[in-house]
Amino acid sequence: MWKTFKQIGSVGIVTEPPPLSSDELRVREHLQAQILATLGRALCIRQVDAGSCNGCELEIHALNNAFYNIEGLGIRFVASPRHADLLLVTGPVSRHMELALRRTYDATPDPKLVVAVGDCGTTGGVFGCSYASAGAVANVIPVNVAVPGCPPSPNRILAGILTAVTPAADSRR
Amino acid sequence: MPTRKWLDRSQPLAGAPGARAVEVATAEWRQCALDLAAGGNRLQALWTECTHGAAARALYSGANFLLLVTLPLGAAEGEYPGIADVFPAAARMQRAAADLTGLRAAGADPRPWLRHAAWPVDYRPLAETVEPARPVEPRADDYAFVRVTGDGVHEIPVGPVHAGIIEPGHFRFSVVGEKVLRLEERLGYVHKGIEQLFARTPLIEGHRVAARVSGDSAVAYSWAYCQALEALAACQVPPRAQWLRALALEAERIANHLGDLGALGNDAGFAFGLAQFSRLKELWLRATQAALGSRYLNDFVVPGGVGADAEPAYIAELAACARTIETEARILREIFDEHAGVRDRFVGTGIVTADLATRLGLVGLAARASGHDYDLRADLPCAPYDRLSVRKHVRREGDVAARVAVRFDELFESARLVAAIAAELSPGDLRAGGTPPAAGATAVGAIEGWRGPVLVALTAGEDGGIRRCHPHDPSWQNWPALEHAIIGNIVPDFPLINKSFNLSYSGHDL
Repeated sequence: MWKTFKQIGSVGIVTEPPPLSSDELRVREHLQAQILATLGRALCIRQVDAGSCNGCELEIHALNNAFYNIEGLGIRFVASPRHADLLLVTGPVSRHMELALRRTYDATPDPKLVVAVGDCGTTGGVFGCSYASAGAVANVIPVNVAVPGCPPSPNRILAGILTAVTPAADSRR
Repeated sequence: MPTRKWLDRSQPLAGAPGARAVEVATAEWRQCALDLAAGGNRLQALWTECTHGAAARALYSGANFLLLVTLPLGAAEGEYPGIADVFPAAARMQRAAADLTGLRAAGADPRPWLRHAAWPVDYRPLAETVEPARPVEPRADDYAFVRVTGDGVHEIPVGPVHAGIIEPGHFRFSVVGEKVLRLEERLGYVHKGIEQLFARTPLIEGHRVAARVSGDSAVAYSWAYCQALEALAACQVPPRAQWLRALALEAERIANHLGDLGALGNDAGFAFGLAQFSRLKELWLRATQAALGSRYLNDFVVPGGVGADAEPAYIAELAACARTIETEARILREIFDEHAGVRDRFVGTGIVTADLATRLGLVGLAARASGHDYDLRADLPCAPYDRLSVRKHVRREGDVAARVAVRFDELFESARLVAAIAAELSPGDLRAGGTPPAAGATAVGAIEGWRGPVLVALTAGEDGGIRRCHPHDPSWQNWPALEHAIIGNIVPDFPLINKSFNLSYSGHDL
């Protein structure tokens, strides 16, 4: 037990400041005052891998590490879409996951947000559309914010999530 | 020596060291499998081809060879002899092959494997050039799971959308109380049509697709692809590029082992482990980005060499970071080893005995945790591993604790290799050219990724295209072992056992 405490003490706090939201990641205007009023700064995310190569999942995992400390911002990943405010979806959406993704979206209570992650989630990436791939997440469910990258860095993904819950610059004026 | 007979008939094959090829007749296909099984060899991959003449192919590995066995099939033959009774790992590969090419193994399980409801049974993705007619609305299909019946038996269906940040797949548990009687996996949810995509991709760009077969093994896949392509193109990779590739492969191994060791602590209820290891992983990814250009090295390995150079100062920092991580991970290993709760969850959980591992043809780090000392980096080393003398780390217990121990040992070994590679790096070219491969020529690439051997069989097509490319993930052999490892364990131990293997869904579903 002593070794555990010693290790915790010697590491200290490594958390870094979060990135700013970015209007260029915004796909469509979504933000009703209602969402912000309802969610405040506490946000529950359900992550859905709809067909990714698992690269994006590695960087989404990193959001939970001490450097990005996403829970410190009041954001956490939940186990059920019924508990979620936001779906964080990676792609391309495989034809075999299309139905599961639609059902997950339908199971998420309104008002809800969708952030598509990665080149494949935003455009279909190298996989595009085929007999097995439906391509971008937006081809299957409505998307609010898209974060390109292969995979995008944790900071970019976090900026995308924060963009989804921040009013657009022109509506703030 | 029954194995000898087939090796004597074989010809050298381009690509991975020790690769050979032999063509057999329909009557010999099963005898070949039986002889190789009797000789203690492993089935590494099985697939079929349906353009430019139908064929079934199997790739076997022995102590010092890889043997590609090809069975050409006549135009009228829709079947080839099944070998799943000889190599149980062939069962799902044969079903997947039938889904993609329509060529069936005689006597095989008739259920589809990779095909759900997205395309009709008469559509053959690797033969057709047009899109299938599909239902307007996506729909669920009925899959015949094996039912377990009896007093108090009930089913727990899990997935495809799982309760964490995990890839999709379906698990059907049959349980009595907490105890698991049977687990049946249903995969194929992330099937993206990768093999058809390869056939639409130029040879020179195939490495980008290969790197995205399973994102956590991007270096292993892109290297295996390039190894095959370079053999076909008579391309000599410059020494500096070879060393940088090895550096990238070990960087990938370190990152994945750090991530999984933390997740294993977490699944045993020890959140401290996750916090500490994910911090080390982040430090490592940042050092990797500084030295090699990106956190995950998706497009680092390119045909003929590597796509980015590294400053000597950053390489030295990467080696220093590897030393720091080793020092800290040794402290964390002591904490894991002395923590009664963690030991209680790890030891004796999810056992795969050495004998079962042999029968199922387990590969990679899971096999090494069950007493099988096979590692391509040591047994069939390609350059520059032939100059690194990689030490294999083996345990016999086959439980979660053994797989954790092998990961720790391989993490430390990779840290040693990073230092050794950093010392060997000298200035030089990063890429070399080659000659256009002849249409129809085949080569095999084989690279030991962090999970196990990653294989790519590549046949060149006309005009710089790909006729057929089959990537093979070690998860194919290890997924069925997970069904055995969980038997008799309790449901709450499943996430822990699953994570100790950490198999790829994407790499398997293709």
